[in-house]
Amino acid sequence: MRHLCTAAVFVLLTSAAASAQVDFTGSWQAVFHEDQPERIPGPALGDYLGLPINDSARAFAEAWDASRLTVPEHQCRAHSSPYILRGPANIRIWEERDPQTQNVVALHVDISNFQQRRVIFMDGRPHPSPNAEHTWMGFSTGAWRGDALVVTTTHIKQMWHRRNGIPQSDKVELVEEFVRHGNVLTQVTFTNDPVYLTEHLVKSTNFLLNPRPLTPQQLLYPCQSVVEVAAQKRGAVPHYLPGENPFLAEFRNQAHLPEIATRGGADTTYPEFQQKLNDAATRK
Amino acid sequence: MMFTHTEELESDLIGQDGLRDDIAHGVRVGMRLAVRVEGHIAEGIEPEFNRISHPPSVQCRVLSAFRRHNRRRFARTTGVAGVLLLGCAAAVHTQQKPPAIDILKVHGQVYLLAGPAGNTLIQVGSQGVLVVDTQRDQDAADVLDAIRKVAGDRPIRLIVNTHAHPDHTGGNLKIAQAGSQLVAGNFAQQLGQEGARSAFIVAHENVLKAMSAPTGATASSPFGAWPTDTFFQEEKDLYFNEEGIQLVHEPAAHTDGDVLVFFRSSDVIATGDVFNITSYPAIDLARKGHVNGIIEALNRIIDLAISEQFTEGGTRIVPGHGRICDEFEVVEYRDMVTIVRDRVQAMIKKGMTLDQIKAARPTLDFDPRYGTQTGPGSTSTATFVESVYANLRTAR
Repeated sequence: MRHLCTAAVFVLLTSAAASAQVDFTGSWQAVFHEDQPERIPGPALGDYLGLPINDSARAFAEAWDASRLTVPEHQCRAHSSPYILRGPANIRIWEERDPQTQNVVALHVDISNFQQRRVIFMDGRPHPSPNAEHTWMGFSTGAWRGDALVVTTTHIKQMWHRRNGIPQSDKVELVEEFVRHGNVLTQVTFTNDPVYLTEHLVKSTNFLLNPRPLTPQQLLYPCQSVVEVAAQKRGAVPHYLPGENPFLAEFRNQAHLPEIATRGGADTTYPEFQQKLNDAATRK
Repeated sequence: MMFTHTEELESDLIGQDGLRDDIAHGVRVGMRLAVRVEGHIAEGIEPEFNRISHPPSVQCRVLSAFRRHNRRRFARTTGVAGVLLLGCAAAVHTQQKPPAIDILKVHGQVYLLAGPAGNTLIQVGSQGVLVVDTQRDQDAADVLDAIRKVAGDRPIRLIVNTHAHPDHTGGNLKIAQAGSQLVAGNFAQQLGQEGARSAFIVAHENVLKAMSAPTGATASSPFGAWPTDTFFQEEKDLYFNEEGIQLVHEPAAHTDGDVLVFFRSSDVIATGDVFNITSYPAIDLARKGHVNGIIEALNRIIDLAISEQFTEGGTRIVPGHGRICDEFEVVEYRDMVTIVRDRVQAMIKKGMTLDQIKAARPTLDFDPRYGTQTGPGSTSTATFVESVYANLRTAR
């Protein structure tokens, strides 16, 4: 028994050491074969397929008017960490090491999309006080689980889960797993939003290793707000009153999908929902 | 930038140094002592020891396991046991009384003292301490302790009240009496030395009206808690600790006496309760509060604030309740209040009654975020909708 314990401890220690040697540093570029319609042209209004949202999230999206992005104070809003790597992003990852111990203190990630920088602390520090400010990227800590880097992020600002008005609250907590297979880096996100989601939202995104260094122009993203609507009043908040959004039926009509599917919800993410769709079609 | 455990403080975000250079030395000494008592178990977690370090129960479990499996050895190594017992006792003590005030550096010379019932800001510099809001009477001792941790023996010279409610003015008396002012010339003759034994309290004149009472009537607050330096115009300027400070009056918003306190060099705005990130805004109808005044105040904050990049950083905004924010978070809150106002307005226009409006749930999209909070400073969904309805029905 003693030998068995010794062996188990040895395996644990050696596997931990080996797993920490996975190298994510370098330049990576996004690939868009996965969820392309949502990621590049953008989702249609009223398309909430596959999102485990609640009634409040749906109400928020139905009031959403994209003209809100014409308001100067909204123009340069960045994407938050649960969403940003879905965009047209080049990323550059590098390590910061303690010069005395050579332990990795943090991984830094430069993201070209909205020129954001993430810092993933690897030194076991706690997350800040709940009273500390929130940012687009939030506060991230990382730990190895086998060959996967598991990153936990809190202190994230309010943003959206989908670019058609589905909101993401500032109570969101993000857990990511990063794994590398050859020249492919895969990020899997588990987003817990107690305000607007009834279950975790799970997504995966792939990146390809870029053997050439990124130029500054591939990482910069200047943004300056301007007046886009000359007659817009100070304090304008474009939105639709309940029942007055004329665009909500467009997507389901074009895609020939019943409303129960396009309105999303956790049950629409499971295979059993197909039966509900069949039943709805039969009734129709 | 390298961080070491002994230097890091909980307010640190990416690239920020937090209180590292500024906080009084005594805090660090206390924390390091705590770590020594707890021994290796908490090594490296010292700044957060009082609040978020290893749960005390974990340390007690460690001790129990130690006892079970190493009974003889445990009996011999009483020194180690003593250390562990002390650690466990310290942990239990910590569990019983978490620190009442969460101290965070905001920006420049300004610090947040977040208490159980609301926020206090302090600006600390060579001239002393300026305090924005004093929380409740029962919180005053903890607020004073927190001020001393940050500012040491620097004198408390000025208190600014953002409005009259007791969760923002309740500590006025004790905190003012813990401070002092410089009085001289004619003023000294008029006031006598008594005037030097208390910090001055600055507020809009409607705050004084709310806290005091006509002769013969009973005031809601003791005399020593009343503002000593009031103003009635749209703005009042102060200059303290080498910094210009604007007090901007927002009439008929949360109350009739709200002021925004804008620290121009530190680039921090204390908003009082016109902005409350934990809840729907409270509208004090008895003191002429109005949803349109709240929206106007939020737009004024947005006017004053300048983000650094991508609507982030730059001007820091500290609400009356809740965490440190930036301009964009005020924008989202402004959007929420405006949308709810517009919906209720449209429903009134359709002839709907208050009950019908409440049943239609004009706040449905925001309820899980703002409508279910409880505690001091919070406003329920029903109260918010009723207040907005009362405001808008009157204006019809």
